[in-house]
Amino acid sequence: MATLKDATAIAGIGQTAFARRLPESEKTLACRAILVALDDAGIAPSEVDGFASYTMEETDEVEVAKAIGAGDVTFFSKVGYGGGGSCATLGHLAAAVATGQASVGVAWRSRKRGSGPRPWKNTAVQLPTPAQWTRPYGLLRPADEIGMLARRYMHAYGATRDHLFNVALACRNRANQNPDAIMYDRPLTREMYMTSRWISEPLCLFDNCLETDGALACVIVSAKRARDCRQKPVYLHSVAQGLPAQHHGMVNYWNDDPLTGPAWTAARQLWKHADFGPDDIHVAQIYDAFTPLVPLSLEGYGFCGRGEGGAFTEGGALETGGRLPLNTGGGGLSEAYVHGFNLITEGVKQLRGTSTAQVPDAATCLVTAGEGVPTSAVLLRN
Amino acid sequence: MDVNDSLLLPVVDEDGAPFWEYAARGELRVQACASPACGELRFPPRPCCPHCGSFDSEWRAMSGRGRIWSYVIPHPPLLPAYAEQAPYNAVLVELVDAPRIRLAGNVVASADAPLNSVDPARLRIGAPVRAVFCPAGPRGAVTLVRWLLER
Repeated sequence: MATLKDATAIAGIGQTAFARRLPESEKTLACRAILVALDDAGIAPSEVDGFASYTMEETDEVEVAKAIGAGDVTFFSKVGYGGGGSCATLGHLAAAVATGQASVGVAWRSRKRGSGPRPWKNTAVQLPTPAQWTRPYGLLRPADEIGMLARRYMHAYGATRDHLFNVALACRNRANQNPDAIMYDRPLTREMYMTSRWISEPLCLFDNCLETDGALACVIVSAKRARDCRQKPVYLHSVAQGLPAQHHGMVNYWNDDPLTGPAWTAARQLWKHADFGPDDIHVAQIYDAFTPLVPLSLEGYGFCGRGEGGAFTEGGALETGGRLPLNTGGGGLSEAYVHGFNLITEGVKQLRGTSTAQVPDAATCLVTAGEGVPTSAVLLRN
Repeated sequence: MDVNDSLLLPVVDEDGAPFWEYAARGELRVQACASPACGELRFPPRPCCPHCGSFDSEWRAMSGRGRIWSYVIPHPPLLPAYAEQAPYNAVLVELVDAPRIRLAGNVVASADAPLNSVDPARLRIGAPVRAVFCPAGPRGAVTLVRWLLER
């Protein structure tokens, strides 16, 4: 059987500044990040013939392709479900490059969510089904929808706010080491966390990601070509998407077990095609739009058993030197919330050995996309 | 203006319309497969049965009794109609008749009371609740299903 295992590699990454407010447009930011990534790889824009993005991306591939001076484009795709699609863009490009549909693929994310509108405020697009079953009752925002699962999870398994704090703290501590992070010089304490304002109880301010302006990109080529590029190749070892049976998006309240989300489905596919397992992962970048997504994902991807995700965070397990150093650029909680794409580029930095919170000799990295929505994940290795 | 007049209203789709029509009559009904060999309940409503593939459906009356499966207390920033009543509760209720059917709603002191009319300290997972029906929107355009704490 043909396999994508190590057939392609990330040859270049790029990003703009991250800030609550940037003056340039999303289109401009997208082009900047893509051109930086191509320069990082040492590949001319005219060689790009593949694009992949994910929904809630306002800059279309036609705009990007003509702006950067791409050649004839022979592959393009857009993955659904917003933040669940970040890692899937890599999978689509890997499949395209491995099968000869394209030779140089670019994936990107550009957002102005720090200064722009938030989708939950647009009631006209929010109300058609399935929102008819939730929005009228004041379940308005993703924080409310995930808070519902978080309270049930805490009730069922004895997870505590201290466990959620452990997640927020690990991300913040890594951001404090990363000059590009929005929370670079802003330490977090347990007292700050426990006394912060509520957003949707049981979730407080620090359980929520940062709304951010910024853009990122990465370049994918065949493994063979990557070895001739400017940077050390980071191989796409395994990729997966996950939409579980009877799943219903972020308001996944109606299947048999709402606490086993898309991570479980993606994980089965991801590990099935990998030469190693969860015990062999040196560093992880786990989608952290909200802190409870991390314990749920730790369980889904097999780092611990069902209901053990809270306890897993104890004893500094997610910190540098711990069992599973997490979100080493600061993640969505403390570096920037750019729909998870910064988790991908941070994974690449770890395997290149250039992270600001470098895990010594990191050779394997799990990166995940949005949990709660149909998701995707990728295993990177060097 | 009544607090219920400015809430978001369901934008009803073809599959969901019967739920809201029954609610307007004070009935809590859930879609079920009408194939005699199957009969499985399903929610949210959809065109066909995920268990047997039948396109025949019926709307089965529920007792209106449930238990709180989980709840959140949203705080601002929120849309204005909700910010006025915040912090309020939003709950997920599992039906006693069909524990895997869970309905979002609010626990209120009476059908048309504000969303914050019950002290959140009185809420707990597993608490028994009973459905009530609240006309909302201009001229009571839609009837929302809400919940009273039992006893």
